[in-house]
Amino acid sequence: MDDARPTRLIASAALTALPFVVLVLAWWLLRETGLIDARLLPSPFVVLAHFWSGLVHGDLGINILMSVERVLAGLLIGTAAAVPVGFLIGWYHPVRRLIDPLINFFRALPPIALIPLVIVYLGIGEVAKIAILFYASFFAAVIVMYEGMAAISPIYIRVARTLGATDFEIFWRVMLPLTVPHMLVALRVALGVCWATLVAAELVAAQQGLGAMIQNASSFFDLNTIYLGIICIGTLALLMDMTLRRLSARLVAWQDKLGH
Amino acid sequence: MPGPAAERIRFDRISMRYATPTGPLDVVDDVSLTIRQGEFVSLVGPSGCGKTTMMNMAAGFLRPTGGEVTLDGKPIDRPGPDRGVMFQDYGVFPWLTVEDNVAFGLKLAANRKPPAERAAIVERYLRLMGLLDFRKAYPKTLSGGMRQRVALARAYAVNPEFLLMDEPFGALDAQTRSAMHDLLLDVLHTEGKTVMLITHSVEEAVYLSTKVAVISARPARIRELIDIPFPYPRRQTLLETPEFGALRARIHGLVMREYAVQEAQRRPAA
Repeated sequence: MDDARPTRLIASAALTALPFVVLVLAWWLLRETGLIDARLLPSPFVVLAHFWSGLVHGDLGINILMSVERVLAGLLIGTAAAVPVGFLIGWYHPVRRLIDPLINFFRALPPIALIPLVIVYLGIGEVAKIAILFYASFFAAVIVMYEGMAAISPIYIRVARTLGATDFEIFWRVMLPLTVPHMLVALRVALGVCWATLVAAELVAAQQGLGAMIQNASSFFDLNTIYLGIICIGTLALLMDMTLRRLSARLVAWQDKLGH
Repeated sequence: MPGPAAERIRFDRISMRYATPTGPLDVVDDVSLTIRQGEFVSLVGPSGCGKTTMMNMAAGFLRPTGGEVTLDGKPIDRPGPDRGVMFQDYGVFPWLTVEDNVAFGLKLAANRKPPAERAAIVERYLRLMGLLDFRKAYPKTLSGGMRQRVALARAYAVNPEFLLMDEPFGALDAQTRSAMHDLLLDVLHTEGKTVMLITHSVEEAVYLSTKVAVISARPARIRELIDIPFPYPRRQTLLETPEFGALRARIHGLVMREYAVQEAQRRPAA
């Protein structure tokens, strides 16, 4: 039994890495075989070297840091607002009918379309960028929250009532624990949306950040940096999602594995 | 035998009528039933005939549209820890371990106990239900029979005077069901509770109960109320006796008649 654990861990890590290895290999082959003009597709090794030099000599470190900060701020504020709002909408069915179309209306708007308005109302500072990320994460998370709450079986509330629970006890001892898995899913969905919105957010006069880095590079047709930026965003999103998933597995160990 | 025990739960000429798009639907029609202290009353009848509706009234989840359900003379208007309810699908809390499930009711303001006493009560019911080895397990790892024992232990822990059970054994295999029957009778023997059971199984009803009420096809009426004369403690050997067989056959015949009526009702609608 004890021997099986590390072996399984290595196997699972290899399984995660495998598709990426294949992807990089395909990338390299596309270039080497000349299927894609080598001037239009940098070599993966050049991008890797670019990553290293950017980290050691350039601004890559600070760009990563700024983007992670913005994503975390947008994500945390967005989800923190979405949890209670989603809870209320899920709890009061009539409210849900009123609010649901509204939420879907706002959710469908691409954050990039809101940039002019954000600049008008919030200026071009850090607040404006985080506001865009907040917007994206809030609407993604709030839907997950109240859809999840609607799926909660009323039997647990009935059982608690027959055992003598008050409304507050039902909220605290039944609804809250049942909502935790949905909060974690909301957090994960919002995380993905935040990273996806990052480039748009950093269109607002950002000097630093991965999105800003990509935009600057595009004015100079600097493909190495563009690829580097894209890969960094993808990798960071993946790592943060894996961390969250680990955390969920611990927090909701009681859950059936059906949903995964 | 001393005189009749005190009346506890009374269904007093109750009816239940729902408004549906095709007109009013009577689910329960003018039913009266009295459950006395210490009785074990089973309701048998075709499915969908309104038995669960009656249990929900006694539990306090539902008020009849006509008549009144009373507990010691007072109308029942809400659920309470004096009436433990066993649901069809148990409702074991998946986010709590077995012991925390059993302790749940004892942490509520309505029946809060100091930690030492709470631990003793939990211990007692875990032992009684044979769950001691699984106290730290989450429900997802348990079989149906074990989940049911958790639900029963949880209901018992707050020491309700009544147990209201809605098809609690329906999902269990035959062996587990027999074991649960005997466990229930043992526990009732030591704890003395008043029970209302809803079931499809005539044999189960006759084996466990002091009285069996045969409910008619919808709208629910009490077709017949039958006293079950066998003394407690009852053992599985009772099932083999001719007296038991005769009673079971008689009640089964009554139920089948109602079942046929119910089927006939269903056909034109379909």
